[in-house]
Amino acid sequence: MNNTLLNTLRFIGLILLQVLILNHIELIGYVNPFVYILFVLMLPLSTPGWLLLLLSFGTGYTIDVFMSSAGLHTAATVFMAFMRPYVVQLATGAKEPEMLNNPGLSQMGIRWWFSYSLSLVFLHHFALFLLESFSFSQLGYTLIRIVLSVLFTEILILLLSYFFATRPKKKK
Amino acid sequence: MYNLIRFLQKHNFIILFVFLEALALVMLSRSHTFHRAALNHRTNTIAGSVYHINSDITNYFSLQQQNTRLQQQNADLLRKLALVQEMIPDPDSALRSQIFDFVPARVINNTVDLRNNYIIINKGFRDGVSKDMGIVSPDGVAGIIIGVSEHYATAMSLLHKHATLSVRFLNNDQIANLHWRGGDYHYAEVVDIPSHVIPNEGDTIVTSGHSFVFPEGLMVGTVAELIESERGNLNTARVKFQTNFGKLRNVYVVKNAHRNELDALSTIKTNE
Repeated sequence: MNNTLLNTLRFIGLILLQVLILNHIELIGYVNPFVYILFVLMLPLSTPGWLLLLLSFGTGYTIDVFMSSAGLHTAATVFMAFMRPYVVQLATGAKEPEMLNNPGLSQMGIRWWFSYSLSLVFLHHFALFLLESFSFSQLGYTLIRIVLSVLFTEILILLLSYFFATRPKKKK
Repeated sequence: MYNLIRFLQKHNFIILFVFLEALALVMLSRSHTFHRAALNHRTNTIAGSVYHINSDITNYFSLQQQNTRLQQQNADLLRKLALVQEMIPDPDSALRSQIFDFVPARVINNTVDLRNNYIIINKGFRDGVSKDMGIVSPDGVAGIIIGVSEHYATAMSLLHKHATLSVRFLNNDQIANLHWRGGDYHYAEVVDIPSHVIPNEGDTIVTSGHSFVFPEGLMVGTVAELIESERGNLNTARVKFQTNFGKLRNVYVVKNAHRNELDALSTIKTNE
């Protein structure tokens, strides 16, 4: 149950961080980092598929409510959650991952965590920005936004996972 | 039957994904066709109160700047009032025939770096705010209300894919449409300018008053450069917004008292 509480707190914290602070940062006018997906990234690997999808739906929907963007973040986040098991497989390779572990920087190591988070951030942002512009007419502009935003989101996610990694292991 | 259940069990992950994704895309497509996010009142209120608390805190940091701008606007308005009073013998009786009314409101959330940006304000239907009313900042036009809850309202910013504003060049009365193509939030584009109209840099662009949403002659921006079309005869101009969307705080909701009448008229026209 401690794990549930931890994930709930992480959810609330990340949503507030996203809507109150990060959505107001103006970087070059193109870029908006979407760090809230870190919640989905850090859900335990043992989370059943249906729960993973439902939680992602809830996360995306919450962000949509705050950003008045009706379904946009929901669609992108559910898509990312759907891809997560495959990315986990790719990142882990032949090795069987410690299935009960919470994925995170300290648990999985920097190389695993980096490739895992970067792939999912890219998938999420790709879906998000394409759905947002909803056309290929400004593809160049959309691609610049995707690349820059992926970069900033990934940097922030790495910084934040250092933060989450330093918590004491046995906190009860 | 047994096979069906087995199939569902085996592929529950993919089936659930398709279902949820379809649900999200339906929500998204509805917001596209209606050009407005049909926001649930309750959820809008929750988001509204979180933003409200945050805005209460951050408001203090820009008080001085806000104050200066409002003072400037007051000075402008007093100057105009003095001019108008000379022309109208009894200003109080003139108020009765007033068409547009302005309700002050505070922006509690606003974005500028997305493709589709929204403004949330702290006035809702309790304050007489309803859909399709305009929002203006002290400097110029800012957006159009698309969703209202009890205490809050969501507006489509001019920085939105579906936001088009009917505008007029102040010096030659040419009507055109203003649209934001993304990117820098200081600049928009005015399209459909006939080639015989040559806008100069710095020309003022105001609202045309054709939309019933904004009164005529509200400041929108100034021409930054003319982009001549290569073959067609309709040019485009790059326009610098007068409103600084990045620093939106105090705004006014524009109410049109003749709105229903004008709407009824246009439905009659289309029925014929």
